[in-house]
Amino acid sequence: MKFALFTGCVAKGATRELMLSTIKSAEGLGIEFIEMKSAACCGAGVVSEKNPLLADALNARSIAIAEEQDLDLVTICSTCQGILKKTESHVDSDPSYKKKVNNVLEEGGHHYAGGKIKIQHFANVLGTEEGLKLLRDKVKRPLTGLKTAAFYGCYVLRPSGLSLYEDPDNPTGMEEIFEILGATPVYYDSRTKCCGFPIIMMNKNASHDMAGNALIDAIDSGADCVVTGCPLCHLSLDAYQPEIDRMNKKGCSIPILHLPQLVALALGYSPQELGMDKHIISTARLDKILA
Amino acid sequence: MIITFKIKRYNPEKQAEAYFEDFKLDVQEDLTLLDCMNEIKWTLDGSLTYRMSCRSAICGSCAVKANGHATLACQRQATHLVKGDTIVLEPLGNMKPIKDLAVDFEPFWEKINKVSPYLQPKQKAPEKERVQSPEQFSLIDDSSTCIMCGSCHSDCNVLEVDEDFLGPAALAKAQRFVQDSRDGKTLERVKNLSKPGGIWDCTHCGECVERCPKPARPFDRIKEIMTVALEQGVTNNNGARHALSFTKSVKSSGRLNENIIPVESVGFFNFRGLFDLLPVGLRMLFKGKNPPGFS
Repeated sequence: MKFALFTGCVAKGATRELMLSTIKSAEGLGIEFIEMKSAACCGAGVVSEKNPLLADALNARSIAIAEEQDLDLVTICSTCQGILKKTESHVDSDPSYKKKVNNVLEEGGHHYAGGKIKIQHFANVLGTEEGLKLLRDKVKRPLTGLKTAAFYGCYVLRPSGLSLYEDPDNPTGMEEIFEILGATPVYYDSRTKCCGFPIIMMNKNASHDMAGNALIDAIDSGADCVVTGCPLCHLSLDAYQPEIDRMNKKGCSIPILHLPQLVALALGYSPQELGMDKHIISTARLDKILA
Repeated sequence: MIITFKIKRYNPEKQAEAYFEDFKLDVQEDLTLLDCMNEIKWTLDGSLTYRMSCRSAICGSCAVKANGHATLACQRQATHLVKGDTIVLEPLGNMKPIKDLAVDFEPFWEKINKVSPYLQPKQKAPEKERVQSPEQFSLIDDSSTCIMCGSCHSDCNVLEVDEDFLGPAALAKAQRFVQDSRDGKTLERVKNLSKPGGIWDCTHCGECVERCPKPARPFDRIKEIMTVALEQGVTNNNGARHALSFTKSVKSSGRLNENIIPVESVGFFNFRGLFDLLPVGLRMLFKGKNPPGFS
């Protein structure tokens, strides 16, 4: 399994532990990731607010880079995944717009063909038959007794036409992975909701409320930890958890893990190797399960 | 197939709390969800209350929550909605139930009214019609398909926590006039829409696009208003500053500079805003989560 890895900005910035754990889990599984070093930011749906053509051109260029390497593209961020799929759909649906975008790309020596390569999230890759088999074969430390709550991230689920999950209103991809890793998946309503990160600068209270509701739902459903597919969700649920806690006055905390961290833990890597000491909410309480 | 409809009943004149009641129907392949609701009302329990009219997805009356998500009952086949052998029916979210599946739409209409949903023309009426080219109309074609069913409003993740948010229906309706080439109040409109509770409070969760029974796609319309607002220079708010900072960063280095964006979003001289950022900033710095200084 060889892929072009689209890291996104946050995995190299505020959540470097995501990049670290992605590399470790790929190493452990024997998946080859070629990092797309020349790819730019996906724009996160924010650049399109100011300049829609720039946003589409940025993403078409990234897809073109993967096409040039003849490799399927893998994302480790739900936001990057959703935005890339949105660009693919937008550009492919209108030949004259595609030409306009390619005019921009040609100046940099790239050309977007479209329809040549797959764009998938890491969770989707692990969820293929080949991926699931790799997981089954390579698990060294089954996460027995770990009750894990998935938090998918909006952009991999909606709009459903762009989602790679069979039933985006009731996805089971991440939970299937948890089971193979030996953990116990916890199902709860908020797992497909929004974490509020996009409005953290604009409407802090609403943002924290949304994240808080999801956390309380996960805790009330019995989860030991929440596992995210998106570093922005991770920031909202982990980095801002003290503020959320103050708002809710419930006084409970729950560690938040990136999906590759969970995978790598089951492959035998230690929490320190996976940057889990970088989290705001301590993951120490999981140590007894990981022992 | 036999489907069990778990319907949320509520009659405040009889009892304070809502409760679920089961109805079983033998449902043929071609029946819509609305057909089933009618069958239940006409043959099993005449007191079942809900709204409906055209039965052909144009009046917008029959939106309900099926299995937790808003949908237009006349537009969906029951056998496609069933989970196992059950369909759970509840009233639309983010709106107060009046009885059973009928909800209070008054606050919804108030929000629609807030966006001045009528043409405020540039010029006085000409002798003949005002001309609008197909290209000009295409900008408002999608938002014109809205049938005011309330499905987007029901499932909006922001409205769930903040009732001051205008919501996707009102904002999509606003775009229909913001980008109408005949309208003369664009600047005024985007100024109002950029205030708290407006466009910049949308969290882009995509629920509105997912639930809309028409091609209105509210969240895409909201983005269009944002672009117009920025073009018109309405930038004195966190959302606009955030978009400008992000774009500037990506244009200059290809990456997002996470160190600078929070500061530029709240504004360099917004001392209160900057002070509010301190706890999370320091916390992240202490844990080594701060992005590297250079992209």
